[in-house]
Order: sequence, then C-alpha cells, then structure tokens
Amino acid sequence: MDPEISIGHGSGGAMTRDLIEGLFQSSFNNDILDRLSDSAVININNSSLAFTTDSYVIDPVFFPGGNIGKLAICGTVNDLAVSGSVPAYITCGFIIEEGFSISQLKEIIQSMANEARVAGVKIVAGDTKVVNRGKCDKIFINTSGIGLLKNRDISISTAGRISPGDKILINGPIGDHAIAILKARGDLGIELDIESDCASLNDLISQVMVYQGDIIFMRDATRGGLATVLVELAEMTGSVIEISEPDIPVRESVKSVCELLGFDPLYLANEGKVVMVVSQQKCDLILETLRSHKLGKESRVIGEIASMNKGEVILKTIIGGKRQINMLASDQLPRIC
Amino acid sequence: MCLSVPGKVISLDGSCAKVQIGEITCEVCIKLVEEVEIGDYILIHAGFAIEKLSQEKADEILKLLNEIFCMGYS
Amino acid sequence: MRFAGQLRSKDIATSIIERICEINDGNYVLMEVCGSHTMAIHRFGIPSMLPSSIRLISGPGCPVCVTSSGFIENAVTLARNPGNIITTFGDLLRVPGKSMTLERCRGNGSDIRVVKSPLEALEIAAVNKRKKVIFLGIGFETTTPSAAITIQEADARKVDNFFLLSAHKVMQPALRALVTDGIKFEGLIAPGHVSAITGSSIYMFLAEDFNLACVISGFEPVDILLSIYMLIKQINDGKPRVEIQYSRAVKPEGNSQARAAIEQVFMQVDDWWRGLGVIRNSGLALREEYKSFDARDHFELAPEENNEPAGCLCGSIMKGLKSPPECPYFGKECRPQDPVGACMVSQEGACQAFYRYNRKHDQIRTGK
Repeated sequence: MDPEISIGHGSGGAMTRDLIEGLFQSSFNNDILDRLSDSAVININNSSLAFTTDSYVIDPVFFPGGNIGKLAICGTVNDLAVSGSVPAYITCGFIIEEGFSISQLKEIIQSMANEARVAGVKIVAGDTKVVNRGKCDKIFINTSGIGLLKNRDISISTAGRISPGDKILINGPIGDHAIAILKARGDLGIELDIESDCASLNDLISQVMVYQGDIIFMRDATRGGLATVLVELAEMTGSVIEISEPDIPVRESVKSVCELLGFDPLYLANEGKVVMVVSQQKCDLILETLRSHKLGKESRVIGEIASMNKGEVILKTIIGGKRQINMLASDQLPRIC
Repeated sequence: MCLSVPGKVISLDGSCAKVQIGEITCEVCIKLVEEVEIGDYILIHAGFAIEKLSQEKADEILKLLNEIFCMGYS
Repeated sequence: MRFAGQLRSKDIATSIIERICEINDGNYVLMEVCGSHTMAIHRFGIPSMLPSSIRLISGPGCPVCVTSSGFIENAVTLARNPGNIITTFGDLLRVPGKSMTLERCRGNGSDIRVVKSPLEALEIAAVNKRKKVIFLGIGFETTTPSAAITIQEADARKVDNFFLLSAHKVMQPALRALVTDGIKFEGLIAPGHVSAITGSSIYMFLAEDFNLACVISGFEPVDILLSIYMLIKQINDGKPRVEIQYSRAVKPEGNSQARAAIEQVFMQVDDWWRGLGVIRNSGLALREEYKSFDARDHFELAPEENNEPAGCLCGSIMKGLKSPPECPYFGKECRPQDPVGACMVSQEGACQAFYRYNRKHDQIRTGK
C-alpha cells in the first residue's frame, strides 16, 4: 500500500476500495460493515433501521443546481432511500474555516432546511467546529442518517434476491453533476448550459416501493458513476451484468464535453440518480411509475442480469461490439492524447 | 495520441474562432489553418484548430460504402 | 457535418465486418501506433467483432507512455521549487517518475496545474510574473504545432517567465526503429491526426522497403473498420502501399502551415523513449533563437534516462512482439492504480487498455 494518502484515495474508484478494504474494514471488521452497503442495516428489538454517514467537502461550495448544504441532505437521504428505508432523521456536523462568510453559511443552512422539508426528514442533532484560516477549505459537512426499514426490504441493499433476467434501470441522464462542478470551478473553458442533478430521491423511490417484492437492488450512482455501481454489484453478487450503450441516457452537451476532454460518462459523478435492479415481470410497470415522477421522466432500462457465477460487467457498444467495464483506479483527468 | 474532435466555426475574432460542438461552444486558435471561414468544420486539438474537414471527402466515403459494400446508405 | 452520425452506425459497422469476413484469408496482425486508436478500438468493442484470425496490437503511439521517467523526475525537481509553477496536460499527472508522480508531488504542496492547451499555460505565466511557469510539452506532430505557436506568442509578447520542457517527439524515426528490429505485423493502422499534419509521405518507406500495408485511419468506429478492410485487401493483393481512409481530414501533402510552425521553432534531437531506448533524431528541442524559453537551458536538470524494472516487457509489447498478459507484472504488481511500466501508465497504453477492456474475457470474441 502507498505510504501516503493521495487524492485518488477519495475518488470512489479502485484506490478508494483498496483503502477501505485494506485499512478500515480490516480493522473495524464486523458482519454489518462487511456488507459495505451505502447504509448499514441494523436490527434493534426486531425493528430494522438503515444507518448511514457521509461527509461533504465539495469545491466550489455553490454550484449550478445547489450548494454543499443541499448536497449533504440529498446525499444522506438518498443513501437511506436506496436501502429501501424511509429516511427519518439526520444529524449534521459542520467544520467551518475562520473567515467564512456568515451570509453564505446562512444560505447553506436555509438550503438544508428547505431540502429536509422537501424530503420529509428532521435534522435532530448537530455540531459546529471552527478551525483557523487555512485548516480546512471553507466548509465541510458531515452527516449521519437513520431510516425506518421493513424487515422484508433488508435484502435490497445487498441484492440478496438477484437472479438472471432481472432488469437494470436508471432514472435519467448521467454525468450532469460532474460536468456542472467542473464548469463551476472554471476548469472547463467551454460554454454550455448544465446544472447538477442534486435531488432527494426518496419520494421517487417510495412510488416504486409498492412493487416491494420486485425491487431487487438499489444504489445511487455518486462518485465513481454508474460504472462503479455496476462493477460493485457484479462483484458482490457474482453476476454477469450486460448493459447496452445506446440505452444509457446521456445529455448531448455532456457527451460533447466528454468527447472533447476524453471522459467516459459512465464514471462521472451524479447526485440525483438511482440504479435499480427489478424483476423482469414488473419492469414495465416500475418504469412507467418512475416516468410519471418529475425526477424519473427520462428513466430507461439499460441492461439486465445475464447470468450468475462470474462477477463482471459487459457493455454492448453502440456499434454492436462488446467490452468489459472495470473500476477506474482514480478520478478521470482531461487528456489530449 | 491525438484526441481531436470536429466542430463548426460560428464566429471569428482575429486569430481565434468560436466553435460549436453539438450543444457546447469553445474558443480555439486558428493560426495553424489557412482561410478559416464561418461555417467551416475544423478539427480541435489542445485549444487549436489543426485542420479543416472536407465535406466533399466525407461524401466520397459514403460513395465508397455504397459501391464497395452495396449498402444503399444515403 | 453530413455523414457524422453514420460513422457510429451499427448497421454500417456490421456490413463492413461481413465484408472483412468474406475476404479474410489467413492470419493477419495489424498494428496501430496511436493512443487514441487504442482507446477507440477498445471503447467500441472492435476486437470482439473481428474474426479471430485478425489480431490488433498496439505500438509505441502513446506519447505519455513513451515519456521517460527521467523527464518526469526533472518535472518533479522543478515543481519542488516554490518559485515555479508547473503546467501540464492531464495525461502526465499520474506517470511515475523515478521518485514519484506529479500528482503525488502536487499533494506534497507543489503548484502543478492541469491545462488543456499550451496557450492556457502561457496565460498563467502572464498573470504570475513573479513565478517561473514551465509547460511540459508532450505529443507528436498533432500537438507540437500548438506548442510552436505558443512559443512564438510568448516571444512576441515578451513573456520571459514562460518555459517549455520539451518531450515532443517525431513519428517517422519511431516507425523506423519499430521495423528495423524485425517486424511481427503485416499492416499499419496509421495515426489520422498526426497524418493530418505530416501528410502521407512519412509512411512510404514502410510500404516500399518493408512491404507493410499502410492505411491512414480516422477514429470513429466506421473509420477504423474501413481501414482494417482496406489493409486486409492490400495484404491479400500483395500490393502494400499507403492509402488514406481519413480523407476528410488528411491530405497527402498534410498541413504545411502547421509543419512550418514546427520547423521554425524546433529542431530534431536524439531522444529517450520509455520502453524503446534512445532513438536518433526522434525528439524536438527549441532552436537557438528560442533558447530563452527552453527549460533545459534555464534550469539545472539531470539527463533524462529511463530504467524499467527487470522483467518488464513494455519494450517488447510496444513493438508488438509480446502481449500484455505475457508480462509477469501484468495485473499483479502492475495495475492502473500502481503502474510499473510505461504501457500501464496511461489509459491508452497497450497494457492499461487491455486491463480495462479485456482482462477477463477472451471468450467475448465472436470467433467467426
């Protein structure tokens, strides 16, 4: 292992995985953590809870489509919702750099309050620390969240019931958040209209949970993108996942940026996209339900579980060829070669 | 080694051109290509236009596909 | 542009594959020497569509992979000086130097900035007059003209705190080095964007002296498949020559204006190629009249040798003599997140492309 932490360890790719498995998991080591789900599923007196934590360090703090506060609430709500739970309570810890603007802090807090109202969750505890100028980058937010989980939905986060023929859905185009952030940083040198897709997905997910027995797996496709979710799912379940490139929704503007900078949209971060594995029988109904919601209008079937006993993701390309999808080591960088 | 994408010239400003690629636009330096005009398609690489694209030649490929491969594409 | 959408058409691609299968008459090994071709071939899944008798191999066409570890080490040395700002294309950030990558160096506090154009680097120099700004110049003839124009711009504007550390390379000497050691391939998928600058004459010697079929190819899947078809035809006909498939961008005479820019600013010198050693007249250094912008002239830098670990097969892989899985390090000590040799360093390197797109699935081939 590297003697030092590098920025790649935070990318959500293979380096992050190596760090988690090699350092954190090997030390903390228990059967709940070992599932490495977005939310831990814990059982207290025969009731199940989903329990999650996350930290938000995004730069810039304000971006088209939201800010770090909105992101914190949406991200935590989504981690809970994709486990099949009803998000209920959130805590927030703030680490704020000396000199940070109070009016900006107010705006962030108001966004959080607003988003919590939209998502129907309560912020029930918090903490605030201030550090000297230069000791953190403007503002960091840590959250934890609890969701109420029915026992019958516990297998959703581990895809315990996955089988060949199950279909894979996503609720809309990928890559918007990553490109919006690059634009907000002034790194692009390209003019385009783009906004982060940052949104709380629990209302969308609750609509399809009426098909509870047919929802096999859910995960939100954040850092590392759609590809990382699928690779992790394939490896976790030992399944062969086949996805179809023409069916994966990507905005034209995001496609053009990717062509110009050499990015693969499959690995770009999202903050309002859920990947679902659903039963073949109810796929059409679930798709229709997703499409009737404002956060699911562009939902698509993008692939299926082809077989078991392998643990790989195969992409059928736009010209009918096939290639394997693997985890990236680290973040993508713009390239000219 | 050469990631280069085509774009359409939509305005000119001295040795720079504004180029449209799908729904996005960017600026490139046109000092490496002669007589760039609005409406031209150029190849973009590292912030420069490196060559003009020929619609005539692109049409020739289509003809080749039709003749050699009898594909009937138009 | 009219026809652009059809360059990724599944129907057209399938038809070309069918015609390739019809004229498929033996075993063919085709080499491409352009990292963007490596990426495109794997991205669109072309190996899975071809008959198993046609093998595609990657040559030394990724300028990132062939940049010596000594060059990176010099960049790291420069970056460690707080009076300097290093500007680089993103491609170089994770290339291992002798001690570390530029990304690690940045993590240690050095000012290293990713740019998408040398002109961006020049602007950084213009607004940071108290710092020395060094641009790491990599790339073949596609990219060198942009560096040349930038140096001329720096000269005209008297931006005297801007420097170029050149690792720019020339394609033809590398091709010569590739074939004089013995060739294990019959056809060359020639790099379309390098050729847009150089024209087609640089490949003539391959056809005339070495009986190699050559087709200058574009980068869309239909371009590449058409080029493969044209190469198979040439090989079957026993008439190796240089053809231009990418005619919408490549003229036989190339782009003389771009070549003139290179000629005005640079001169050819011997250069280290990671994996291949020193190749005569294959590198580019600034001419005397632009020496004030030459980082090697201004700063004290070490000679840029390159040493690969014992057993690393990058050199053989780049010449098409071995394939990535034959290397003892491949997929074990040498992975994209911790590359050992040149071919694993960049996304376009033969080993990383193989690792990302093919590692577990030889069975994906259609096997026609």
